[in-house]
Amino acid sequence: MNDFPTRRRVLAGMGILGLGALAGCGDSNKLSFKHGKDLSNEILGRTFRLKDPQGNEKTLSSFRGMMPMVFFGFTQCPAVCPTTLARAVQAKKLMGRDGDRLQVIFITLDPERDTPEVLDAYVKLFDPTFVALRGTLEQTADVAKEFKVFYEKVPIGDTYTISHTSTSYVFDSRGVLRLGLSHSLTAQECAEDLLTVMEVC
Amino acid sequence: MKPVAKKNTVRQLATLLAALSLTGYAMAQTTVEDAWARATVPGQPATGAFMTLTADSDSTLISVQSPVAKDTQIHQSTMNGDVMSMLPVDEVSLPAGEPVVFDANGYHVMLMGLITQVKEGDAVPLTLKIKNAQGEEETVEVEAVARALNAPDHAHAH
Repeated sequence: MNDFPTRRRVLAGMGILGLGALAGCGDSNKLSFKHGKDLSNEILGRTFRLKDPQGNEKTLSSFRGMMPMVFFGFTQCPAVCPTTLARAVQAKKLMGRDGDRLQVIFITLDPERDTPEVLDAYVKLFDPTFVALRGTLEQTADVAKEFKVFYEKVPIGDTYTISHTSTSYVFDSRGVLRLGLSHSLTAQECAEDLLTVMEVC
Repeated sequence: MKPVAKKNTVRQLATLLAALSLTGYAMAQTTVEDAWARATVPGQPATGAFMTLTADSDSTLISVQSPVAKDTQIHQSTMNGDVMSMLPVDEVSLPAGEPVVFDANGYHVMLMGLITQVKEGDAVPLTLKIKNAQGEEETVEVEAVARALNAPDHAHAH
């Protein structure tokens, strides 16, 4: 029984490789990143379906051809969220023309307070190409679970803050999860690893 | 009478000087540098303020108030694995002569329930209450200049 999942995983891996070859992508299924974490063997965040501030439903395949970088946060987050988005802006610039293919996606963990208007203004202020996505409370819980993102409301008096995973998740242009970038990395380090992802696909 | 008056004056002066030097000795002197707040977009109800505090004697920051927010708190960011938490703290120790940096990775001032949008360039008044080791309170008024929402954490540095 024990080698069933393994065999299945190998087959699945071969399937992905095959698709990659068809799409004209490199066939490397394992990447060596200098700074971030290789998530090539993780299947996370494949089926989310959330709305952008204009009300359009977005899934991972909505960003096909782009390199999506997904980050979870909330606009009342004073520190890690704006600095991560500011870092994404810098990394995108450092990537030069390749940066045009980086699609930053900010998923709110606080749909109760982050209205579509605030979210849109917030991400666009960093870069007009950045996209904010928002779901219901239930959808938010589902998408976080799908990404294995931890988040927790912490009550403070009559309000609350949110503790949350601060990793940015990077998919290649076929929608295969590749890279996890921790909050501690610099824009330069992120740009180097993002370019490694682009070399593959 | 004249010499007596003179003597009194001298004594008064001496007392005054003693009082002054005593005050100077006992009063905590805290300097605040690089105070800034992060600008917001319309409708965003909270933001952070950052600065570097240096007390000249062992002191404690006990509160921060601001007229721009209904509730101003001191929070601390902590990283647990890759999970970032931001939790309120009651006070912050300011060891003598040691700069304590308020930034995205540590302590920061949370301005919650903003009364108006904080726009880039706005001066956000902050009132810091600091207690020294003798239990005496000092009030420091600071103006945190709002930097763009998309400003990096250390816009001033390096």
